[in-house]
Amino acid sequence: MASVSATIQDVFNEPGCGKNANKSEAERKKGCTKQLQPGGAAGGCAFDGAKIALQPLTDVAHLIHGPIACEGNSWDNRGAKSSGSTIWRTGFTTDINETDVVFGGEKRLYKAIREIIEKYDPPAVFVYQTCVPAMIGDDINAVCKAAKEKFGKPVIPVNSPGFVGPKNLGNKLAGEALLEHVIGTEEPEYTTPYDLNIIGEYNLAGELWQIKPLFDELGIRIFASISGDGRYKEVAYSHRAKAAMMVCSKAMINVARKMEERYGIPFFEGSFYGIEDSSESLREIARLLIARGAPADLMARTEAVIAREEAKAYAAIETYKPRFKGKKVLLITGGVKSWSVVAALQEAGLELVGTSVKKSTKEDKERIKELMGQDAHMIEDMTPREMYKMLKDAKADIMLSGGRSQFIALKAAMPWLDINQERHHAYMGYVGMVKLVAEIDKALYNPVWAQVRKAAPWDLPGETWQAKAMAQMDAEAAALAADPAAAEAARRAKKICHCKSVDLGTIEDAVRAQTLTDVAGVRSQTGASGGCGACSERIADVLAAAHVPAAPILQAAE
Amino acid sequence: MAIVTLGKKACAVNPLKMSQPIGGALAFMGLRGAMPLLHGSQGCTSFGLVLFVRHFKEAIPLQTTAMSEVATVLGGYDNVEQAILNIHKRTNPEIIGICSTGVTETKGDDVEGYIRQIRKAHPHLADLPLVYVSTPDFKDAFQDGWEKTVARLVEVLVETPRSAARRDPKRVNLLPGCHLTPGDIEELRTIFDDFGLEASILPDLGGSLDGHIPAEFTPTTIGGIGVEEVATMGQSAWTIAVGAQMRRAAEALEQKAGVPFRLFERLCGLAANDDFIQFLSEISGRPVPLKYRRQRGQLVDAMLDAHFHIGGRKLAIGAEPDLLFDLSSMLHDMGAHVEVAVTTTQSPVLARVEAAEVLIGDLEDLERRAKDRGCDLLVTHSHGRQAAGRLRIPFYRTGMPMFDRLGAGHQLQVGYRGTRDTIFTIANLIIADHEAHHEATPDTWRPKAEGGTPAMH
Ligand code: SF4
Repeated sequence: MASVSATIQDVFNEPGCGKNANKSEAERKKGCTKQLQPGGAAGGCAFDGAKIALQPLTDVAHLIHGPIACEGNSWDNRGAKSSGSTIWRTGFTTDINETDVVFGGEKRLYKAIREIIEKYDPPAVFVYQTCVPAMIGDDINAVCKAAKEKFGKPVIPVNSPGFVGPKNLGNKLAGEALLEHVIGTEEPEYTTPYDLNIIGEYNLAGELWQIKPLFDELGIRIFASISGDGRYKEVAYSHRAKAAMMVCSKAMINVARKMEERYGIPFFEGSFYGIEDSSESLREIARLLIARGAPADLMARTEAVIAREEAKAYAAIETYKPRFKGKKVLLITGGVKSWSVVAALQEAGLELVGTSVKKSTKEDKERIKELMGQDAHMIEDMTPREMYKMLKDAKADIMLSGGRSQFIALKAAMPWLDINQERHHAYMGYVGMVKLVAEIDKALYNPVWAQVRKAAPWDLPGETWQAKAMAQMDAEAAALAADPAAAEAARRAKKICHCKSVDLGTIEDAVRAQTLTDVAGVRSQTGASGGCGACSERIADVLAAAHVPAAPILQAAE
Repeated sequence: MAIVTLGKKACAVNPLKMSQPIGGALAFMGLRGAMPLLHGSQGCTSFGLVLFVRHFKEAIPLQTTAMSEVATVLGGYDNVEQAILNIHKRTNPEIIGICSTGVTETKGDDVEGYIRQIRKAHPHLADLPLVYVSTPDFKDAFQDGWEKTVARLVEVLVETPRSAARRDPKRVNLLPGCHLTPGDIEELRTIFDDFGLEASILPDLGGSLDGHIPAEFTPTTIGGIGVEEVATMGQSAWTIAVGAQMRRAAEALEQKAGVPFRLFERLCGLAANDDFIQFLSEISGRPVPLKYRRQRGQLVDAMLDAHFHIGGRKLAIGAEPDLLFDLSSMLHDMGAHVEVAVTTTQSPVLARVEAAEVLIGDLEDLERRAKDRGCDLLVTHSHGRQAAGRLRIPFYRTGMPMFDRLGAGHQLQVGYRGTRDTIFTIANLIIADHEAHHEATPDTWRPKAEGGTPAMH
């Protein structure tokens, strides 16, 4: 049985993970366990990530071994949907107390497993390790093994205590738990040439069901879903699938890759966000299945479905064109990084701010993905005042983003649409894209905006907070313009890396003093880009500017 | 009257309880310019943050010392120091409130000691109040974290007045329990105003988390009571504490500054508000304003109209002790029977709940007992939604978290007006449930095949 640290090491050696493959050997060793910024960090822990990845398995009892903080503050707060069992939404926790901390919590954990099996009889129990029991040395692997033998039921340890790292590490550790304890442990009753695994899709707001009717029509069977609306048994026999689709996010790349390695199941990375991506994914699925023995006519049938669905979707979107004429969207997301969402928005006649890119060459696509992805962190740091100014300066009519920017955007009285993981609407596939466009229309044309932006009759012009905020920020900008020293200080104070809180000045000094030439060098000297890595582009710009001293770095960094 | 029992299960199912560090953090959010800081791993803070954001639908200030696995072993001095320096630099707060978590309490970090060291090493922080509260996750509950934090704020921030003569007869302190919403606090502020009393409210969520659009933007709390005002609370003539959890802070204030206090365990219900209003009239020397005489009449009228619906209902309630005591007593006063009462932590009020038993347990206990005893009214926080769906009985949401309905911060349950509206809301839920599920049919009273009970309530 692999220890947690060995598993983490293994995850970081994951060749399928582009981010890690680019790092040096020594850096890779350090992995994501690097020190976060105290007093400047946000984001979930590895346990959070593990639970996000596995909890959508609907018939499993998910038991959290730890104090009340880990489960009590957060249970039943995800938007995944189930077509059957509800046990996944039940919050199970050992809620350990002081005595357990002193004497160990293993006995309580064992008893808890027994209680769950006696009362709820699920096909499997997943046991999640958290920080405090990890610190006091509770061996959940041993307890799970003993419980499994005693009760004759799979009891799966998920070793991902919060303090080993961030959420995305937890996603991968969850995948490792499936690979080690679940996948390949059972056999299906029958197989077909149309058996497809879907990996890394959580069925948020039921979005998987926007695609499933098309699969059903084509005769493609979702053999195992890991994990949205998935069942334990399916995952256990998922090694008999013919092909797999890994849904865009890299969250469970290790599962897809190792299943290819161990069981010869080919996979591709695809997405159902946006019209083009949906079509591309359907084609790819057909291609892989045909290569593994499905009848060749599947492709023709797939093309027919694609043609029909595209025509329907574009026709639906077409009707919005006149209403969207001249409307500008500011799209900021770390989540839905799909080119084809952009393409569909442009198709509907919306203009994307932050980019003048119109053509869909490969480089353009990459550039847009970059633009959408990189500043997700920056937004979280923003005050409403800054956000208001940004929206005003960008002349955007609506903002699409995720995460915690919601309340700030709304306070700035700007139309806003949620495209993050807690969203209530499903935006997948052809119908999903049409839905997204319809939601944008609804938000843009709601009469509420005109009302909430209007000052009270007794407010003098220029006295609203909006006017004051703009005046204040303009005054600050003017003051800077008049004072070159202060302007320089402000320029240098500009945050480049939000994860590690590294400013431009620090990076420039390091580049100059150490004559650094690449992002890796900057990272090892300043720590910048050691977090989510989204700022590597900006650091590259700083490096480029350092060699052409007159270049306007600030603009480039934005 | 009630026996208090402790659940014996090894596994809590569908927790009712939340952890005490975030209860502490919420108390800090009632101060102006505050940045609450959890000393622990980042995940604990992230969960707390999401919980508050979903409840209040506001941006929430909350930071973490971001303890890594290695740091938890070595001790967290560096993390606490760095976090304080970073917060100071980035957000320039008026106060940093630090709560420990399970992770750092397991190691036994001496945070008070760290703070002393940090103050020595960084003299530029001399004027920045740093208030620390020990709140391990593996002990107590949300309400306890709030209780300890408010008491600690009093101990650290309130100054002892030089002479009792400086006491201002028009000034009162209000110490609200965590079961009061920003809307409740606003209501109490208005009531004090109407008696010509000037209230210092600690913590003042009414000013910070009431959903207003602020004129100024800071990453710390906006609104709330200022540190300098807390310092002068010793000059008030009276302290009014709401909820038994606030006794500790009220006593600390009495000890430190000699301010006498009056504790109101309940502010929902006719008799409770009569006592409260009468007391305000006495200490202010003013007759009860017409407005409250009228409101009292409206409440009496509401009670008369609603007793038909609430009377005889079998109540299953799950809430933290002070909220449980207040609401279950009010519903008892309306003729409901408190069949099942489940809570999160010990409290002296529990023995006086109008039920045979109060269980310290979870929502599984609440649901199973409610089912066994045929309860037909469920009162708890949003996590009761699954149980309510299965039990198919009217469900009144109260307490924290309330993430699946809007307006949690404005729910009003105190005062004559708050009691009146609460009674109407609950009675309407019962009426709607009756219309949806229990209208009479030709078969309603037909005897069932084997001893089934009639479907009519
Ligand atoms: S960081 Fe650790 S203690 Fe905190 S929520 Fe995550 S697993 Fe639990």
